[in-house]
Amino acid sequence: MSSLVKCPHCGLRPREEFTIRGEVATPRPSAGADEATWFDHVYLRDNPRGEHREYWHHSSGCRRWLVLTRNTLTHETSDVVDASTLKTEGAQ
Amino acid sequence: MRYSALSLLGNAFSKNKNWKPAWRNPDPKPNYDVIIIGGGGHGLATAYYLSKVFGVRNVAVLEKGYLGSGNIGRNTTIIRSNYLLEGNNPFYEFSMKLWEGLEQDFNFNAMVSQRGVINLFHSDAQRDAYTRRGNAMRLHGVDAELLNRDQLREKLPFLDYENARFPIMGGLMQARGGTVRHDAVAWGFARGADQNGVDIIQNCEVTGIDRDGDQITGVQTTRGAITCNKLAMAVAGSSSHVAKMVDMRLPIESHALQAFVSEGLKPFIDTVVTFGAGHFYVSQSDKGGLVFGGDIEGYNSYAQRGNLACVEHVAEAGMAMIPALSRVRILRSWGGIMDMSMDGSPIMDRTHLANLYFNGGWCYGGFKATPASGYCFAHLLATDTPHETATAFRMDRFARGYLLDEKGVGAQANLH
Ligand SMILES: Cc1cc2nc3c(=O)[nH]c(=O)nc-3n(C[C@H](O)[C@H](O)[C@H](O)COP(=O)(O)OP(=O)(O)OC[C@H]3O[C@@H](n4cnc5c(N)ncnc54)[C@H](O)[C@@H]3O)c2cc1C
Ligand SMILES: [Zn+2]
Repeated sequence: MSSLVKCPHCGLRPREEFTIRGEVATPRPSAGADEATWFDHVYLRDNPRGEHREYWHHSSGCRRWLVLTRNTLTHETSDVVDASTLKTEGAQ
Repeated sequence: MRYSALSLLGNAFSKNKNWKPAWRNPDPKPNYDVIIIGGGGHGLATAYYLSKVFGVRNVAVLEKGYLGSGNIGRNTTIIRSNYLLEGNNPFYEFSMKLWEGLEQDFNFNAMVSQRGVINLFHSDAQRDAYTRRGNAMRLHGVDAELLNRDQLREKLPFLDYENARFPIMGGLMQARGGTVRHDAVAWGFARGADQNGVDIIQNCEVTGIDRDGDQITGVQTTRGAITCNKLAMAVAGSSSHVAKMVDMRLPIESHALQAFVSEGLKPFIDTVVTFGAGHFYVSQSDKGGLVFGGDIEGYNSYAQRGNLACVEHVAEAGMAMIPALSRVRILRSWGGIMDMSMDGSPIMDRTHLANLYFNGGWCYGGFKATPASGYCFAHLLATDTPHETATAFRMDRFARGYLLDEKGVGAQANLH
């Protein structure tokens, strides 16, 4: 993994400036969703060996949430976008 | 051959030319009663206890690399049973008891060294938390001792007690904790299992799992197809990857963890110390190198290597705890893949498939568990019931709300 991460707002920044939240999972279920849906959302992960979409927070920079597409085997990042560009249709 | 002083002497007289390999290198048979995927510590220990205690000998351990290439040969060798929770403590204490008799049991020198483990505390709140943990340990019959600052100074005079940000107020000590030579553990279990007839098959990666309905029939490997009656997974950091072969999603993320060893020094640190405020812990190997590490890197990884940011972080935390480290040179660093579970505790259970058994989620602390994990997993495989010390490690505990969250940080794998 490179020691620099390319924030779409701030450019190349040291990795220490970021906080990692992890896998972009299923959209957050509605409060009334059944237990199986919540269990899946909270606890289960795809955890792929290869391409992985994940939330990073530029906590010591612009403080925007980002979505990185990163390869977990090679550590190469192929794409970084602001998280607000993700569709957020809530699940049932 | 049994190793003994006599066998050492005899072989010395014949110029050490007659030693035999410690285990065979067999070709896979077409069928086994039990196939264990993963020749790490846990897979090998499982095979050992299956064949020794439970009489199941038609067993193969399939390892994709060479024996010891995974976390079993990469960890910082610390063993301890200083757990707080009811579901964890008896299991880790069972493991500690097995460590205490292991070398006699498997007739191999694993350099089990009960040199003590000390967790430092830096605030009143942390002292209270450690007092509680120490009391919980003692209630379970485990040794624990709270050291105040003066007692600690006698043992570890070189710590930075007056650190401005994290002054050291004392520590919780488990005197029976310590270190074990990690690769000797793999070798000892491998040799013992092999002597009981277990086939240890290296360079044999499982690439697919065959099934018939909810019954596993065998595995596809880089050395051909092999059938089995029961299939056991013990692949640590690769858990999710292998589970995907049977469409299983797990409450596990794979994360990178690094460790470091310094140049050899004269005797300096005769115990294991962990810095309760930063991410740092250290011991000294018998060769003199300081063996140390910190926390996981925080991002999902299958790469078996880490990142420079973490090297810097570990070095800083080490310096904050022991300023004298500033003059020590690092010789090597390496990384492993941690199977981080969503509550920081392991999973050892049956699965949705009738004859598939799962062992994983050991996070960065599975080395100390190696003997008990092997014993309990063998118990589960042979009897289909969990061993009495491993009843809390159920797969469905997340769905049922019975988490085993030692740290109390919730379903955020990189915080455990
Ligand atoms: C840097 C570091 C420091 C650590 N420090 C400590 C410590 O001080 N104390 C402690 O208690 N724990 C520690 N740990 C954790 C401990 O090492 C692990 O929890 C434990 O070793 C995991 O179990 P294992 O030995 O079976 O894993 P591994 O040795 O990783 O075994 C799993 C095996 O499965 C194999 N495999 C994977 N996929 C396949 C496949 N498809 N087919 C066939 N084989 C496959 C792998 O090659 C591997 O050999 C540390 C880990 C690391 C990386
Ligand atoms: Zn930014």
